[in-house]
Amino acid sequence: MLATIGIGSVDELFPSVPAALKAKAALALPDGLGEREVLERMQALADANELLPSFQGAGAYRHFVPAAVSLVMSRSEFATSYTPYQPEVSQGTLQAAFEFQTYVARLTGMEVANASMYDGASAFAEALLMALRVHKNRPRLLVSAGIHPEYLEVARTYLEGYGRGQIVEIALAADGRTDLEALQAAIGSGSDVAAVAVGYPNFFGVIDDLAGAGALARKAGALCISVTTEALALALLRSPGECGADIAVAEGQSLGLPVSYGGPGLGMFATRTAHLRQMPGRLVGQTVDEEGRRGYVLTLSTREQHIRREKATSNICTNQGLAALCVTVYMSLTGRRGLRELAIENTQAAHRVAERLTREAGLALALSAPFFNEFTIEVPDCEAAFDRAVAGGVIPGVKVARLLPGRPEHKNRLLVTVTEMTRASDVDLLIDRLRSRAAA
Amino acid sequence: MKRQLEPPIFEKGSVGRSGVDVAVGSTDIPLDASLLREELDGFPEVSEPEVVRHYVRLSQLNYSAATNFYPLGSCTMKYNPVANERAAALAGFAGIHPYAPDATVQGALALIRDLEQWLCEISGLQAVSLQPAAGAQGELTGMKIIRAFHESHGRARKKVLIPESAHGTNPASATLCGYDSVSIPSDARGLISAQAVRDRIDEDVAALMVTNPNTLGLFEEDIVEIAEIVHGAGGLIYMDGANMNALMGVAKPGHMGADVLQFNLHKTFSTPHGGGGPGSGPVAVRADLEPFLPRPRVIERDGRLAWEWNRPQSIGKVRSFYGNFGILVRAWSYMLANGGDGLTEATRTAVLAANYVKARLRGRYHLAYDRPCMHEVVLTDRIQARLGVKTLDVAKRLLDYGFHAPTIYFPLVVAGALMIEPTETESLETLDDFIEAMECIAGEAETEPAKVREAPHETVLSRLDETRAARFPVLTWSVQQARP
Repeated sequence: MLATIGIGSVDELFPSVPAALKAKAALALPDGLGEREVLERMQALADANELLPSFQGAGAYRHFVPAAVSLVMSRSEFATSYTPYQPEVSQGTLQAAFEFQTYVARLTGMEVANASMYDGASAFAEALLMALRVHKNRPRLLVSAGIHPEYLEVARTYLEGYGRGQIVEIALAADGRTDLEALQAAIGSGSDVAAVAVGYPNFFGVIDDLAGAGALARKAGALCISVTTEALALALLRSPGECGADIAVAEGQSLGLPVSYGGPGLGMFATRTAHLRQMPGRLVGQTVDEEGRRGYVLTLSTREQHIRREKATSNICTNQGLAALCVTVYMSLTGRRGLRELAIENTQAAHRVAERLTREAGLALALSAPFFNEFTIEVPDCEAAFDRAVAGGVIPGVKVARLLPGRPEHKNRLLVTVTEMTRASDVDLLIDRLRSRAAA
Repeated sequence: MKRQLEPPIFEKGSVGRSGVDVAVGSTDIPLDASLLREELDGFPEVSEPEVVRHYVRLSQLNYSAATNFYPLGSCTMKYNPVANERAAALAGFAGIHPYAPDATVQGALALIRDLEQWLCEISGLQAVSLQPAAGAQGELTGMKIIRAFHESHGRARKKVLIPESAHGTNPASATLCGYDSVSIPSDARGLISAQAVRDRIDEDVAALMVTNPNTLGLFEEDIVEIAEIVHGAGGLIYMDGANMNALMGVAKPGHMGADVLQFNLHKTFSTPHGGGGPGSGPVAVRADLEPFLPRPRVIERDGRLAWEWNRPQSIGKVRSFYGNFGILVRAWSYMLANGGDGLTEATRTAVLAANYVKARLRGRYHLAYDRPCMHEVVLTDRIQARLGVKTLDVAKRLLDYGFHAPTIYFPLVVAGALMIEPTETESLETLDDFIEAMECIAGEAETEPAKVREAPHETVLSRLDETRAARFPVLTWSVQQARP
């Protein structure tokens, strides 16, 4: 190879790198390891993480992943393929993405969906940016305080310095739903409101009045955005589209992906056809080849950064393709009946645990509005009770104050999540560990 | 058996089937009926064998790094070692919850800290955040940091200088940060010159976004002087690290004057591309920019690792939780396997491979810039265009020869670009096979150009009608559209 190039050694390959920049010393890193040693090191790191029975959700959910999902994920033809820029040799990825878009549109009750975003939080931020594009002269974005705090923080990060858009937080009523009177007051005449966004179900597990918020948004001529962290809920609840949402975003991790310390999951993003040209992200469309056979291609890319550059609808390029495939396989397996039945099983299980916590552990639900598979309880001296439960072998939930520090109303609130993975013995342990103190 | 097309899943199955056990438990739903939707109309009813066969068949319609060589320039499609998949699937990684108490996830926190430190050493910068989900989100994060830095010094400034050869995400990311993009032309060398930067620099320039080596595969030889010019006017250097595979152990961006840089773990550190993600786009910064990194940050406290959320100067979060953790695990496994010596060798071999391809194809294809290249080389269709064969035709004909096409028509500054990045993982035989295919196509362009123009002939579908797809968008499956 060196002779073909016309040089004598690999060191001569870098004539364009100025001598002053060339590394004088080797990288100060250890030498490489063999595969067995690497996997031993990785196993040791993994073993340094404890897998306790857990009632944590709050945006990352433990659900059963069927073996068939894992099988398809491990197909290296999917896992190691590139973005499908050459459609003739990428029909697998393209068709799966087309099926994904169809599933997401149907699950959310919308007309079109993209091929995925990074996660629910950045999808929410992109939805707000899209609302500002649809309504160029309307700066205000009214967002419910029930939206996941990390999603709100990501939205603020995206909007900071963007030059347009002003986020106004709408408080929750005592029952945990968005205070529609406060929302109406904030809307005012409404002519400067680009969007109203509501968590559905919201961060506290509450099934918010999306239709109510949507009606107020519509009256003001603003877009309504629904924001979902637990996508399984959408298999049972009235769809965002049916409730009047114009954009539905969701985190899709719960549909077939492990929690994996919070990533990768994926953002789902759906809207109405009227807003198609303002959508961010990749889209796959159906077309034909020269012989008229059905096939799929990346399409409407004139919205995207590689064509429009600084005028693109988003800077997104790589998305979460393999995670979207995972969701696609999961929805195919569970199908029309299985997904809904699973959602029912989840909500039943969560309601049973809530009932036992109130009856047997003497704890009170913090919010009275209906919930899906997670709910908020008041735990006296929550911080200490949490630590004791962990010491006692169960992670009892997510301390709301961890995400919303400095708000007195949340000081003793614990967000408890129950899924089909929750075992009876876990519930007994939870009751036992939380009861010991509540009674004292 | 010739590969067959596979009908969409929505055209399969039959009423009553399911791929999972459907519990026929109580239908007593503890929610008011007014809150509930109708059945999941439009979802299929298919059995597990139908689902598995459907998606395995679809997989067989894909080109992939596990089956073949990808010469895709700027994408660094190296082979993805399988051990990394096993590591990521370990229950102690895949099963931990992001809000688990820090004391119960010391292994995950140690992995994050160590990966950050290795990326610091490789980049010559002092602090890293692993939160961004992909390269473009890393760019956005980096530019937010630059904006926050300037605001802390009084004003955000107004514009960002971007070479015209840059990836489209650069100007798109700048826009998201409220900056106007000012384009810098490439000079006759294919580089940005110090003079071109000097002509455009002023106190309103927040940063120069530079890719080094650039998208032509060329090292920006004036980078030190350029950085001095930008720094002299109070601006910062944002370096797009998409091409880090050309630099590991050879030169450090921090020494070139870069203040902020994003990595693409799905390129340089071999995590599988997944047909378009998930990736990971860590951001590295110089020491005084550390306070602006996304929160939370891993710190050591009383001999234990913990997340620190109290970061008053942080730009905030750019995604939920801590990033694409499963991708970080794969990258860490790859880095342990390679070590400092292996990463350096990867870079040297990648540059060797690119220069070899360039030397072999010189004469058969026009070289956009006949200079020593780094990890990739840009050819053009200038010779073939005279015969009526365009870059797109060459790309499609390569598919018939069993190779993926190079990156085409990018960078935009080169007419009819064919951008080839062989990476370090390809054998000499594979490179020679690819080169031979390219030579054959150059020959066909002379002898039977129609064959090239009408390619591909051997793929499961012929060329697809992209105009129709865009003009009459069909983005979801429906009965009406099922038969085009």
